[in-house]
Amino acid sequence: MALLSKKDANLIKDPLADNNPITIQVLGICSALAITAELKASVVMAISVLFVLGVGNVVISLIRNIIPAKIRIIVQLVVVASLVIIVDQVLKAFAYELSKTLSVFVGLIITNCIIMGRFEAFALGNGPWKSFLDGIGNALGYGVILVIVGFFRELLGSGTLFGMKVLGDPVSKTGLYSIGYENNGFMIIPPAALIVVGIIIWVQRSRNRALIEEA
Amino acid sequence: MKEKLHQLKLKYQGKKMAPAFNALHTFLYTPNETTHSGSHVRGADDLKRTMNTVILALVPCLLFGMFNAGYQHYSAINGFPESFSLFNDFLTWDNFLVGITTVLPLVIVSYGIGLGIEFLFAVIKGHEVEEGYLVTGMLVPLIIPVDTPLWMLAIAVAFGVVIGKEVFGGTGMNILNPALTIRAFLFFAYPTWMSGDKVWVHEAVERAGTADAISGETVLGSLAQGSDYSYSLADMFFGFIPGSVGETSTLLIILGGLFLIFSKIASWRIMVSAVIGALAMGLIFNGIIDAGWLPEYSKFYALMSFPYWQHLLVGGLAFGIVFMATDPVTGSQTNKGKWYYGFFIGFLSVMIRVFNPGYPEGVFLAILLMNVFAPTIDHYVVRGNIKKRLKRFKTATIYPKSSDEVELKTETA
Repeated sequence: MALLSKKDANLIKDPLADNNPITIQVLGICSALAITAELKASVVMAISVLFVLGVGNVVISLIRNIIPAKIRIIVQLVVVASLVIIVDQVLKAFAYELSKTLSVFVGLIITNCIIMGRFEAFALGNGPWKSFLDGIGNALGYGVILVIVGFFRELLGSGTLFGMKVLGDPVSKTGLYSIGYENNGFMIIPPAALIVVGIIIWVQRSRNRALIEEA
Repeated sequence: MKEKLHQLKLKYQGKKMAPAFNALHTFLYTPNETTHSGSHVRGADDLKRTMNTVILALVPCLLFGMFNAGYQHYSAINGFPESFSLFNDFLTWDNFLVGITTVLPLVIVSYGIGLGIEFLFAVIKGHEVEEGYLVTGMLVPLIIPVDTPLWMLAIAVAFGVVIGKEVFGGTGMNILNPALTIRAFLFFAYPTWMSGDKVWVHEAVERAGTADAISGETVLGSLAQGSDYSYSLADMFFGFIPGSVGETSTLLIILGGLFLIFSKIASWRIMVSAVIGALAMGLIFNGIIDAGWLPEYSKFYALMSFPYWQHLLVGGLAFGIVFMATDPVTGSQTNKGKWYYGFFIGFLSVMIRVFNPGYPEGVFLAILLMNVFAPTIDHYVVRGNIKKRLKRFKTATIYPKSSDEVELKTETA
């Protein structure tokens, strides 16, 4: 890590584990529940948020000294909305099918609490480079959880990964299906994501007991 | 033998496997230590006795379920007997053989996986093994179809015990009934194995599509499709109908329920109010039909015109009311709350049955829903009681004691 000082490196590392936006701060849950039935959608969503949060944090940080405090939320919304429109248009142009799967949830990145949270808590008080690292870090922390949840939900729910039939063909009964295995329909429905996220939180906190909140 | 076990226990006290040893030990023998101080009410029965009493009440249902599994299997192949005789057609070795080979593995898997996880958690967390699973493990095989694949049951049991119970802190802390959590998981994860006309009869799934195909639709399933069923009222009451393993015989469930009421294990308030709730909803539906508000071609017509009291005889309603709704952990705790809690279980069960063709049986959903609301019901019952007493306190005339005045003076001084 010669590229980054230790302090800067922590800006990226912390949100990945001990200060994860989903499992520790419990933000951005709605999209984690809605779009993680497929791994592909999870990855695209993670990349979209990475772009919006990385660029958005830099923009906000650059103009932080000229934003009047009273209307800062509106300014933040304008920035994030513009970025989300860019993402939405790019998806529609190059991955139309996927943008239909993600449907309204790309637009709803605007209301993702993680983004407004980072703007408010970090970008408004720090320089552009630091804000960029913080944005990347938090988006990665969000993305990691999304990909983990998406991996398990798609594998157990549909028997596929990125649409590839890794467990065999359920119709012609090959692979695991030939010995009577069946897909778990429960993993397809959104409540399953809540349970998978819950299990991740459980595992993380029992590995690092310092993270357990006082009741 | 007993003495030796006690010595062994002392020797291994504080070791990692101690909870596992203690669990087996106290299951068979009364422990030799007694309460020395602190508690003032000492009952002869501990949690294990309570659980064993419920299991005793379940045994008739289990045995009946075994015979019924065989009876339904052979009747689906050879046709139902013309003149039914209990000993020639039902209580036969052939029937029992089918039953024991299909039902016993379910029981073994349920107990094996469930207790295994309980032991594991007890050893990891270092507490004693809790008794809660004894009843759950017996309930689970009784509320699922006979041919449920064992690996599905194993996954569902693991899910139900870990997510339904252990994450909340184990027996006594769970908000949802673990047995019903397991059934709900099976239902949503593998719906093709939990509904339809193929799953209720042994071997029906394997024979589907061949020349020997057999099927057996439950009464509710037939009604949901608007078709007729061929079972008499007596069949429904005594339980000679297709259905989950142990839920069919209303007679034996009533006997088990009476046993639980007289041994004061289960709450009669919940049972009575749930029956009232189911009857009330059934009467409302029958009333709608009688008033002619619903045209005959409606898909709800057959289920809504089903006589209100017969809802109690079919499906899992009776079983759910007697054995599941009365779970002391997940149900309401206050006496008044129990009336509301039970009433809504019966009311909602019949409502889900009729209105949701996707779920031909709604009992488990209704009970799980009311499990969630039970603490809220209790909260309002307790608050209502506090309000009532405060009101009584305000209107009451309280004569000041002479000592009160003395205290007042010292305070102001």
